[in-house]
Amino acid sequence: MDFTIPENLKLMVETVRRFVKQDLEPVSQQVEEEDFIPEELVRKMRELGLFGLSIPQEYGGLDIGALGECLVYEELSKTNACFRTRIGTNNGIGSQGIVMDGTKEQKEKYLPRIASGEWTSCFALSEPEAGSDAANIQTTAELKGDHWALNGLKHFITNGDVADMAVVFAVTDRKKRARGGITAFIVEKTFPGFYVGAIERKMGMRGSHTSELIFDNCLVPKENVVGGEPNVGRGFATAMKTLDKGRLTMGACALGAAQKLLELSVGYAKQRVQFGKPIAEFQAIQFMLADMATQIYASRQMLYHAAWLRDTKGTSVIKEASMVKVYCTEMANRVADMAVQVFGGMGYMKDLPVERFYRDLRLTRIYEGTSEIQRLVIARELLKE
Amino acid sequence: MKSLVCLKQVPDTETQIKVNPEGTGIVTEGIKHIINPYDEFSVEEALRLKEKFKEGEVVILAIGPDRATESIRTALAMGADRGIHVNDPAVNTADPFAVAQALAAAAKDVQYDVIFCGHRAIDDDFCEVGAMLAEFLGLPQVTLVTKVEVAADKKSAILERDIEGGKETVEVPLPCVVTSQKGLNEPRYASLPGIMKAKKKPIDAKNAAALGVSVEAKLQSKEYSMPPERKAGKKIEGLEPPDAAKQVVQALRNEAKII
Repeated sequence: MDFTIPENLKLMVETVRRFVKQDLEPVSQQVEEEDFIPEELVRKMRELGLFGLSIPQEYGGLDIGALGECLVYEELSKTNACFRTRIGTNNGIGSQGIVMDGTKEQKEKYLPRIASGEWTSCFALSEPEAGSDAANIQTTAELKGDHWALNGLKHFITNGDVADMAVVFAVTDRKKRARGGITAFIVEKTFPGFYVGAIERKMGMRGSHTSELIFDNCLVPKENVVGGEPNVGRGFATAMKTLDKGRLTMGACALGAAQKLLELSVGYAKQRVQFGKPIAEFQAIQFMLADMATQIYASRQMLYHAAWLRDTKGTSVIKEASMVKVYCTEMANRVADMAVQVFGGMGYMKDLPVERFYRDLRLTRIYEGTSEIQRLVIARELLKE
Repeated sequence: MKSLVCLKQVPDTETQIKVNPEGTGIVTEGIKHIINPYDEFSVEEALRLKEKFKEGEVVILAIGPDRATESIRTALAMGADRGIHVNDPAVNTADPFAVAQALAAAAKDVQYDVIFCGHRAIDDDFCEVGAMLAEFLGLPQVTLVTKVEVAADKKSAILERDIEGGKETVEVPLPCVVTSQKGLNEPRYASLPGIMKAKKKPIDAKNAAALGVSVEAKLQSKEYSMPPERKAGKKIEGLEPPDAAKQVVQALRNEAKII
């Protein structure tokens, strides 16, 4: 068993580490307060190639594999979570539908722009009546000549307000729904009838916006059905495959944040003096630190292993990816809770990043498939074996 | 515009340095290594010159053990064209004189308009290699450079260098040796696409024999030691402020002997 990380991935992690330290971390508190990432930083993310991690090289991306993506995300998640989220939709849910199911023309037109970060893409599935029950979407698409007319409302769309395009899921056959009645469309923001609705007010993830997207007789050319004409009615499978693929990386984000919280906690415990000695000398604190480190270690092994399985064996890792997503995100929430406890009152204050991590991490158990959905997936895979 | 950049791999500035039990060096196990920051300025400046003249080559020359390839690769990822890695136990840990001898031998096979060196390496702080290299090659040298303007014909350059309390501007014929100082530029990151491309760029591995040089070190390091640990401070307690102040003054005068 070989756990050696290839040299080029090590160098990439080092670049991201420096970028976090020199450019992102110094402004992470400012971004939190202003709820906005300065354009200058987005430009630097483009220059570094961060928008094209998962896009095939023939379309201008890096295609660094599951392990590579996880390592980059892990490192990038050691600062304000909004930075990772900014590049997240282009690498993940906003592009993978096209990468997996798009036509050659769609790939040639959209993927190079996504990979370079010239365009931001997003994924529009969720609706007020369709969260975990994604098949219950109400947005419809009706064929009118050369165009599909989309009508409906999407919400909780990550990067919806900055997106230049969206992969949108709509019902094309009310009777069939998930069984052949949902279709995926590529919608550009300039298409008539496409509007960005309200920007949602969230518990955390400040600097990253989620918004409503409104389709009011939005006209989408026929050739913008993901995968073209034959894929009309096959959009639900595209959505599920896209979400499957993102699960490992969600684990990596949680892991990176947990690692940072551990480092912050160890540092604080050594210098915070109570009862005449550093609190690191009290067993109650030591046990929390030990639990944090142990669970992080376990998470890292399963994440890297699942990524390695996907990269080298080419095997389906549906079950493992769900295990990684549920375990790493729940682990990170426990670690965040302990970190707040180690920091005590200071852990509750906005002056330090701990409370920010605590709020931001709460979302990881919900988005891109809730913990409960992950458990359903794991059980389903288990019981069919 | 062709530049040869001499690069050294050094322990990360954030490393907690420990001396090994024998006192013959530092513990290298488990520490991270980076490009010497002054050499990173050199890489950046060489890349900018190549970009400005829209032609040329940036060659990275490094001496060190196997792990030094990682630093060469990082420089290639920043945009340099190829690397030369001199990896020979006789040279890797030798003194500045021997290192400069080896660099001069390696430089003989390379075409260049400028040789860049960091003005010092942050590990051993000798600040000697650049100057010695220029001597061995019979080239003019300009040290502590913070600005480089190469003439259009590439026959000379105007350089700005740090001097005590100000700047000196000098003109130098090319080729020459330049040692880089902080302030020269803001080095770029090794971008992720750059790292992918660097995988395919050549690194030429050489030992002393292949360079046709037998180095002769002039210095032998005798011993490494940590600075003495700071002694605990003295606390003056339980006195009224005027009395405490008197005690402090006494202590500063009689014990610390600094006033």
